[in-house]
Amino acid sequence: MTVLPRTAARTDRQRMSRAAWLIGLGVVLLILPRLIYPVLALDILAWGLFAVAFDLLFGFSGLLSFGHAAFWGTSAYVTAFLLSHGQSVPVALLGGTASALLLAVPIGFLSVRSIGIYFSMITLAFAQMISFVALQWTDVTGGENGLQGFARPSFLGLDFSDSITRYYFCLVLFALGFSVAYRTVRSPFGQALQAVRDNEQRAQSIGFDPGRFKFTAFLISAALAGLAGSMFTFGHGVVSLDVLNWRTSGEVVMMTLLGGTGTLFGPVIGAGLVLLLRDTLTTANLPVGIVTGLVFVLVVLFFRRGVVGTVQHWLRRR
Amino acid sequence: MNTQLLLIQVFNGLVNGAFYALLSLGLAVIFGMLRIVNFMHGALYMLGAFAAFALGQAFGLGFWPSLILAPIIVALLGMVLERTLLSRLYGLDPSYNLLLTFGLTLLTQDLVKQFMLSHYAVSSAPYTPPAALAGVVNLGFVVFPKYRLFVIGLSLVICLLTWFVIEKTRVGAIIRASTENPGVTRAFGIDVGKWVTGVFGVGVGLAGLAGVLAAPIYSVEPYMGAELIITTFAVVVIGGLGSILGSVVTGFAVGVLAAVGAALYPPIANTLVFILMALVLLVRPSGLFGLPEGAK
Repeated sequence: MTVLPRTAARTDRQRMSRAAWLIGLGVVLLILPRLIYPVLALDILAWGLFAVAFDLLFGFSGLLSFGHAAFWGTSAYVTAFLLSHGQSVPVALLGGTASALLLAVPIGFLSVRSIGIYFSMITLAFAQMISFVALQWTDVTGGENGLQGFARPSFLGLDFSDSITRYYFCLVLFALGFSVAYRTVRSPFGQALQAVRDNEQRAQSIGFDPGRFKFTAFLISAALAGLAGSMFTFGHGVVSLDVLNWRTSGEVVMMTLLGGTGTLFGPVIGAGLVLLLRDTLTTANLPVGIVTGLVFVLVVLFFRRGVVGTVQHWLRRR
Repeated sequence: MNTQLLLIQVFNGLVNGAFYALLSLGLAVIFGMLRIVNFMHGALYMLGAFAAFALGQAFGLGFWPSLILAPIIVALLGMVLERTLLSRLYGLDPSYNLLLTFGLTLLTQDLVKQFMLSHYAVSSAPYTPPAALAGVVNLGFVVFPKYRLFVIGLSLVICLLTWFVIEKTRVGAIIRASTENPGVTRAFGIDVGKWVTGVFGVGVGLAGLAGVLAAPIYSVEPYMGAELIITTFAVVVIGGLGSILGSVVTGFAVGVLAAVGAALYPPIANTLVFILMALVLLVRPSGLFGLPEGAK
């Protein structure tokens, strides 16, 4: 098959559309803590980055991880542990992210060799293993009680007892993490990754090593999920076993699907929608599980492109 | 550890193994035939237990009629779900089936929770075993509850029966043909769609049956299938996805190993199965009984 050069007009339009999404998302995130309460806004940042990390794997590598809570949760615990042992904020955040990356080495090595649904079940099982460890290792994780009441010492003159300060600090981290994901996807590495996703055999036949590409993507994704988990703990000031529950792994899938897989902007929007929905349901005292379960089912059945995917599809057809 | 305690643990392990085997057998049948990874299996197991409890509350039905009726109700519900929802996703990546059934799991669990709270004002309920199976049996070397022995026995019988039907009978031949080559099978005048629905019904019926059997041992509770389904997935990965023999043998073996392991070193109880899974994956990525093709 010959590859036709893309026309300049089309590339321009894609670039414009991407810039529009970027600016739109940036503006919304900048004013977000003025629109909703800051802790919820920070949740959207953390879950949004988590979903972007997941999408890097699912949308761009075709690997449906059902155990991403392992990286999010491990990093959340390590961050809380470091903060409660008097470490500074950057050390705690870096330590959390690094722990997720380290954990991803053995898990990724064992799981990327499997494909399709097998990969999903294996990642799920590993996440469950980590969750049991967190439950048992009470000295470090606090067991059923989790960790709470840790200090968040000020850094560079920023007072982190203020939730608005915490939000904008995390917004910088989010921008860093998002740009890593964005650069990864746009790089030659990202292009090769998508080639592997679309046709593994063909990618292999032109000299790519699919296993190595998937493993690298797995590591980047896990590290970003770790950074997100670290932000989550830092924002809340508590960490509990929930961060490692399989529902957490499922929730990030839902956010990504709802926003649009393979779009990077979508997962952030999906995370925002899910968290706002959950917040509304809790305050209105409606059964959260029933509604989120229903949304999940409807999205999988009828709205697989997600919000951003649908808009992009609609724009392209015009 | 003395021999007495070890034997008790082996028997307790066999009881857990009976549930793993029944659940992973259902998953194997469904995956082997339909290529669906049914995340909802744990929720359907819970529905089996809940149906037995609700039938008792509403109509005063005891254990024995519930043991027949509850799995049938679960099977029928499964068939409706397959026809109305799952069938829309055939031809797409199997991941979407996993995601759909995950959503249905959240929905089912919380619906049952709301129902139990509003109708019976409880969040979990005990279920008494039948009088005929109360008490203990002296096996000579160990004393063991009658009901648990019954669970092990019945589960073994059902597993053997399922294996026999699929591998040795004409019905099994039709099912295997329908899944391997639907086009040709249809050309022989067989309604493949109906068989697929039927197989799904039987698979989830097995989960329902496991639920009824579990009700007298654990209490009936909306989230009783939540952790179990994850362990079952690990069992399926160890045994080889879609392998009938693999799921039954691994189910019982994992149950026993986890129980014995827990007696030696208690904290390992819940993680042992995942450690085993990691080890098996290192050596044989397609599982102990799986064909390499099964990884697809």
